[in-house]
Amino acid sequence: MKRLVLFVPVVLVVVLGVVLFAGIGKDPNHLESVLIGKPVPAFSLAALKQPGQSLDSSVFQGEVSLLNVWGTWCPACRDEHDDLVWLARERGIPIIGLNYKDKREAAMAWLDTLGDPYRLNIFDPEGRLGFDLGVYGAPETYVIDSKGIVRYRHVGPVDEKVWQQDLEPVVRKYREQG
Amino acid sequence: MYPELGQFALILALLLAVLLSIVPLAGSITGRESLQLFARPLAAGFFVFTALAFAILTHAFMVDDFSVAYVANNSNSMLPWYFKFSAVWGGHEGSLLLWILMLAGWTLAVSVFSRHLPTVMTSQVLSVLGMVSVGFLLFIVLTSNPFDRLLPNVPADGADLNPLLQDFGLIIHPPLLYMGYVGFSVAFAFAIAALINGRLDAAWARWSRPWTTVAWAFLSLGIALGSWWAYYELGWGGWWFWDPVENASLLPWLSGTALMHSLAVTEKRGVFKSWTVLLAIVTFSLSLLGTFLVRSGVLTSVHAFASDPERGVFLLGLLGITIISSLALYALRAPVVHSRSRYGSYSREIFLMLNNVMLVAATLLVLVGTLYPLVLDFLDLGRLSIGEPFFNLTFSPLAIAAGLLLGAGIFSRWKKTDGGWIGRKLLWPLAVSILAATAIMVIYGGFEPWAFAGCFTAVWITAATLTDIWDKSASKKGRWQGMRRLSRSYYGMVLGHLGVAITMLGASVVSNYGIEREIRMVPGDSVTMAGYQFNFLGMTQRQGANFTANVGNFEVFRDGRAVSTIRPEKREYQVRRDMMTEAGIDASLSRDLFVAVGEQLSSNAWAIRIQYKPLIRCLWLGALFMACGGFLAISDRRYRVRSKLAAKVAAQEEAAGGKSAPTEALS
Amino acid sequence: MRLLLLAITLVLPVWAAAQQENPAAVYEFDSRSQEVRFQNLLEELRCPKCQNQNIIDSNAPISKDMRERVYLMMQEGASNEEITNSLVARFGEFVRYKPKLESRTLLLWATPVLAVLIGVLVVGGVFIRSRRHGAQAAELSDEEREKASRALSNYDSDASR
Repeated sequence: MKRLVLFVPVVLVVVLGVVLFAGIGKDPNHLESVLIGKPVPAFSLAALKQPGQSLDSSVFQGEVSLLNVWGTWCPACRDEHDDLVWLARERGIPIIGLNYKDKREAAMAWLDTLGDPYRLNIFDPEGRLGFDLGVYGAPETYVIDSKGIVRYRHVGPVDEKVWQQDLEPVVRKYREQG
Repeated sequence: MYPELGQFALILALLLAVLLSIVPLAGSITGRESLQLFARPLAAGFFVFTALAFAILTHAFMVDDFSVAYVANNSNSMLPWYFKFSAVWGGHEGSLLLWILMLAGWTLAVSVFSRHLPTVMTSQVLSVLGMVSVGFLLFIVLTSNPFDRLLPNVPADGADLNPLLQDFGLIIHPPLLYMGYVGFSVAFAFAIAALINGRLDAAWARWSRPWTTVAWAFLSLGIALGSWWAYYELGWGGWWFWDPVENASLLPWLSGTALMHSLAVTEKRGVFKSWTVLLAIVTFSLSLLGTFLVRSGVLTSVHAFASDPERGVFLLGLLGITIISSLALYALRAPVVHSRSRYGSYSREIFLMLNNVMLVAATLLVLVGTLYPLVLDFLDLGRLSIGEPFFNLTFSPLAIAAGLLLGAGIFSRWKKTDGGWIGRKLLWPLAVSILAATAIMVIYGGFEPWAFAGCFTAVWITAATLTDIWDKSASKKGRWQGMRRLSRSYYGMVLGHLGVAITMLGASVVSNYGIEREIRMVPGDSVTMAGYQFNFLGMTQRQGANFTANVGNFEVFRDGRAVSTIRPEKREYQVRRDMMTEAGIDASLSRDLFVAVGEQLSSNAWAIRIQYKPLIRCLWLGALFMACGGFLAISDRRYRVRSKLAAKVAAQEEAAGGKSAPTEALS
Repeated sequence: MRLLLLAITLVLPVWAAAQQENPAAVYEFDSRSQEVRFQNLLEELRCPKCQNQNIIDSNAPISKDMRERVYLMMQEGASNEEITNSLVARFGEFVRYKPKLESRTLLLWATPVLAVLIGVLVVGGVFIRSRRHGAQAAELSDEEREKASRALSNYDSDASR
């Protein structure tokens, strides 16, 4: 009996080894969105290009869309921009932009120069909607279904691989359901 | 050319380590002494080539050889020479080379200071150390070679050492820490050797003890230095964050403290042998785990080295093989014979057992708290954070309990002590502790339950310790003679325990009575805190060796008299363009006044962080006491005198063919 | 709870007034105890983006936003729990440094208690067993006595202290 007890440490270490092995390569800083399955938080913000126009969460109703959080100050957003244009033009994916903590003139100039993949852009200079969404590092891209419910969040730039592996399956699933 | 020589030296060291792992061990198992005698020269050779490799890398730094990738990534021509030297261990590859140098050094030390041990034991211990070295050398040579070259595109200059590391603390913190981590490999090797040759007795414990104590002392210094460094370097005034890397250093310390005490019992009474062996294995395993956690990227930490999954897997494999095989050996060969000893209810054995319970519980707490997020993530139960609030809440009661047991346990005797007698001895410490703790509450202005508990325990330990000295130094020839008669080992223990008390006092007071404020200040503003008046005179500029700085000028007054001038800085380092906050600190044993410059709020307004830190120096002073206690204890006569006698015994044993000494018959 | 969150969100125009992006801010309080309460709250919340820092030490923009929210909610009179829950509702349990006591954290919180309990029980067990053994083996048998004196005379054992 006593001899068996002596084997407890080895067993525990083996289990721990498995857990540690599984942890290697994972990003310990990656956070799942808490809002998955919940509606986009209520907001009332101006559109980027039409300052007089007020937008609220009804912009998400009716079709499955991507919500892309971006800013001109963010280098990774520049990296993903061309891929977003491709997504919008070649794949016809509706992308709604959330211009996060940015300046209106800079944002509009950026879109004029680089192309505008967005159906519309929500102007959020203080980051209020961003905060309520739990945005912690731009760029972030959300998949919102046709009823305005958040279904997925990707943190970091979007490229073709990310689209194919992570976003596209979710979009397809909720299109079929919707 | 030299870096290639360095690489070659490492490979030679690896080969020698391989031989060291196999030959003496084979000799000890087959009884062929000629093979066993290879242990010492192999250990020496292994050390020489490792040291050579280290010297070559250092040379590359000193001459700015940027063709070596590691030098280019961690140094710069503008770096002052002493930082070029410490940059050798500023990154992953170099710090590993330092690790293996330490291991080679400890191996050499064991081979030199083990004349009094039976050759069989020495050869096995050195072989085990060789095996650990092989693992690490393979890791270095295969995945983390510091001598990789950047030819043919040699950069014109290096990427500079991270400014956070350009500091005196960095020069000595890792070496001290590694001396501790690696030092526990000796106790580990002794434990494995004992499991292999079956000779697990009081003599084994006596041999292991000094090695363990020295490693523990170095680790105490290393941890304290790290805490002190974080305090003044990071600019927030914190001294312990329960960050995974910090926990990684605390784990072997907690377990090592338990081991030290358990070895004492095994040496004196020949009991708890299995438990002591397990602790020795666990302590070194925790050192290895720490090495893994810091370099694998599985946990987030401000302190972590650059992580790399491939290295992580290799290191985990190395770790796994070492720990699993040692624990399996333990499970198969540890003695399960119940000792026939009898302990009284208040015997020293019982107190030390309880001490072990508290320390091991603390070790488990820190271990589980650090790894729990990984486990939950593995089970797909989400991402959690476990930080300061959790650890402070759960660790403190354990520390207090351990401290209270310490105070009472000082009066305990081996085998049997009268409980009533201990109770009476503790009356005076009890009274003094209540008075002192109350006085502290009054001095610092307010009753805080945890502060009271901590201060009470600190004074409790001190009073009990001093009472015991008083009792033991009673002598007909006078008090002084009585005190001189007490051994260094005893005074080492006294210093160690006083160190614990001092640290506990510092921690309790600064955590509960420290004041921290962030204030918007323009030149001419003044702020009062804890009776000190801080006048902001304005910002000036200063040029350093490789940075430019905004310097804040503060004058501090108390009761109208000038106390000091404090000059915190906000530095911008040219090469990496990092912004660093250098806190301005007016230090004294009774309190630190800490000022750090925050963000610029407008053209002349700055966010200034001012902190009052009472008794914070006690934290590190206590650790210094602990380390000194450890070093004092191992200089005790019995480790020196005995060597002559033991050499005689060893000679007798070898004449008798290496059979165990008569001590076995008595256990 | 959601209603409260919504209400607080709508009250936010106060926050919007005259702020540039990522402003540095030093907060003022009515009393020292409020200031301490603020600091303690910040120390319990984690920056979602940093390398393991709480939001009082971190300078990341998201930390600043979180500090702002904590301050505002304090001024609105929200309790510590409400403030923490509001942030957790947006960023997840990750930002809480003291894990909530729930089924998945039971083992974590129980560890110190269990460890001490089991340890004390083991020590108790060892002690009781030693009493029983001790009662039997307290005296050396004659044979053992002889063996011992032989061993002592052969081996110059220096008695340990």
